[in-house]
Amino acid sequence: MKPFTFTLRQEPPQRVDLSALTPDRLAGKSLADIEKIEIGTTRASTKVGDVFQLAEGDLKNVRYEGGSARFDLVGAKLLPEFSIHVEGDVGLQLGRLATGGKITVSGNAGAYAASGNEGAHIEIKGDVGEMLAAPLAGELAGMSGGRVVVRGKAGARAGDRLRRGILIIEGDAGDDLGSRLIAGTIVALGATSGRVGYLNKRGSLVLAKRPEIGPTYIDCGGHVLTFARLFARALRADSESAADILSAKLQRYGGDTAVYGKGEILTPV
Amino acid sequence: MQGIVRNGVRINDSFAEAFPMAATGLIVTAPTRKWANQAAATATGYATSVIGCDCEAGVDVELSEEETPDGRPGVRMLFFAFSTKGAEKALVNRVGQCILTCPGTALYSAFDGDVKVKVGDSMRQFGDKWQMSKAIDGRRFWRVPVMDGEFLVESQVGVIKKTVGGGNLLVMGADWESTMRATEAGVEAIKGVRDAIMPFPGGIVRSGSKVGSQYKGMSASTNDAYCPTLKGVTKTALEPDIGCTLEIVIDGLSDEVVREAMRAGLKAIIDLGPEKGAKRVGAGNYGGKLGPFHYHLKDLLP
Repeated sequence: MKPFTFTLRQEPPQRVDLSALTPDRLAGKSLADIEKIEIGTTRASTKVGDVFQLAEGDLKNVRYEGGSARFDLVGAKLLPEFSIHVEGDVGLQLGRLATGGKITVSGNAGAYAASGNEGAHIEIKGDVGEMLAAPLAGELAGMSGGRVVVRGKAGARAGDRLRRGILIIEGDAGDDLGSRLIAGTIVALGATSGRVGYLNKRGSLVLAKRPEIGPTYIDCGGHVLTFARLFARALRADSESAADILSAKLQRYGGDTAVYGKGEILTPV
Repeated sequence: MQGIVRNGVRINDSFAEAFPMAATGLIVTAPTRKWANQAAATATGYATSVIGCDCEAGVDVELSEEETPDGRPGVRMLFFAFSTKGAEKALVNRVGQCILTCPGTALYSAFDGDVKVKVGDSMRQFGDKWQMSKAIDGRRFWRVPVMDGEFLVESQVGVIKKTVGGGNLLVMGADWESTMRATEAGVEAIKGVRDAIMPFPGGIVRSGSKVGSQYKGMSASTNDAYCPTLKGVTKTALEPDIGCTLEIVIDGLSDEVVREAMRAGLKAIIDLGPEKGAKRVGAGNYGGKLGPFHYHLKDLLP
C-alpha cells in the first residue's frame, strides 16, 4: 500500500511544528480534519492544508514529498513500527523523543536532530546541524537509545551527553564531538576537531582519523576488542566503512580522566 | 513383548518416559576453534544428570564464523535444570568458573526464551568498576577487563520453561563391541538434530538405574534386570542372546525435538542391523505415572 503522503505546495511562511503529523496521531482523522491542524508557531495561523497537499495511504508509513529547513519536530515521539520519509530537508529537532520506528531524510537536518531519541533508527543522507542527539537546555541526558546515521557532515557538539545508543557520522564532525558523553557509542569516519570526548564518562568514541587527543586521555595500547567485532556485524547494514573500522585492531585511549574516566577513544592502530 | 522386528532388530513395545525441565542456551565464541570447543567442553562438564549435578548440559552444535554474533568460531550449548532458579544458579557458577576463566572467550544468549535470567549482570562485578556496558539492537553486554583483553558477556540469557528431559533408548546387543557400535551410530545420528543434547559421557550411559534399593536410604540403584552378568540369578529382562546394554539419554527444547532425536537414533541403530550392531532396542520408563511425556518406540519406527 502507498504511504500517506504530504506533498509540499510552497515553502511555509513561518517555522512549522510538525510533531502532530506522526502516524499514530493522524490515525482516525479524515483528510479534512488533518488539513485543519494548526502547525504555525507564531500568532499568524498556518494550517496543514496551507502548506501540504494530502494523499491518503497506509498510515504506518508517512512520506513528505518536498522538505524545508522550516520543518521542525518531524517524527517527534514517533512510536515503534512506524516510519517517516522526508524527500528534502528538515529543520530543528528531527525525531525528538522518538521511542522507536524509522525516519529517513534525503536532505539536510537542522540542530538538535535525534534529541532525546529513545529508540528510533534515524538516517540523514545530507548534513546535520549542531547538537546532534543532544539534550535541550535543562535536560540531564541526551539520546538514550536507537541509532542515528549521518551520511554527510555533523555540526558542533554532536553526541553531547549521549546516554545510550549509537551515532554514525560518515562525514566530518564539528568541534567537540562527544562532549560530556555519558555512555553509548559514536563512530566518526571523517575529520574531527576541538576537544574530542571532552568530559567523557563511560562512552566509546570510534574515530577513523586520529585527531589531536587531549592530555586527559591516556594511551592504553592497541587491542582486538570482541565487542567491536560484535558491533561491526550489527552495523554493517548501516555503514560498511564504520563496520570496517570496528573490525580493525584499535588503539585505545582511556578517559576523560578529568572526570569519571571510564570511557575511551578508539582509533585504528 | 517382542512382536516388532525391523531389519532383524527386535523393537520393544515400550516407551520412554520424560520430564518437564527448564532450559537455557549459550553461544561461546573464541579466536580459534580449539578454544571455543575447550570452553564448551569445560562449561558442560560434570553435568550428566540432575540427580547428582546442578544441571544437565551438552554441546548442541558447533557454529561457523558466519553463524556467531561476533564472526569467530563458536559452540552452542544447552543447559537443562529442574527450575528457572536452578538453571540460573548453575549457569552463573559455570560461566564464572569455566567461561570467564577460559582464554579468548565471549558469551552470548542462544535464544530469547520465555523469561530472562541474569548471567553477565551477575558477573560484571568481577571487573571491579572497570567493566563497561554496551547495548545494541535491544541486547546488553558487559565488557569485563581480564588479563588477555576483555571478556564480553551478555547481561541476560533466555530460559525456555517447558522443555523435555529424559528421552531415551536402551540398546541391547550380543557383546560390548557390537552394542557400542550400534549406540555410537545412534549418538551420531542424534547429534544431527538441532536443539537436543545427550548429557552423558559421549552421549552414552551404562549405569541405568531402577527406583529403590535393598539398602535403606538409597533411592536408586543398579537396574539389575538389564545387567548381563546377573541374567541367571535375578528377574532379568534380557534374553540369552543379549550380553550388553547401553542407554542414550536425550534432553530437548521441545517435545517434537526429543521425538525427532529418538526417531533419528532408532533409525541409525536399525540400519546397522543385528549382526554388526544391536539385537534389540527398548526404552526406559517408570510405568508412565511420573513423567508427562511418553515416546512409544512403535510410533518412531522408520
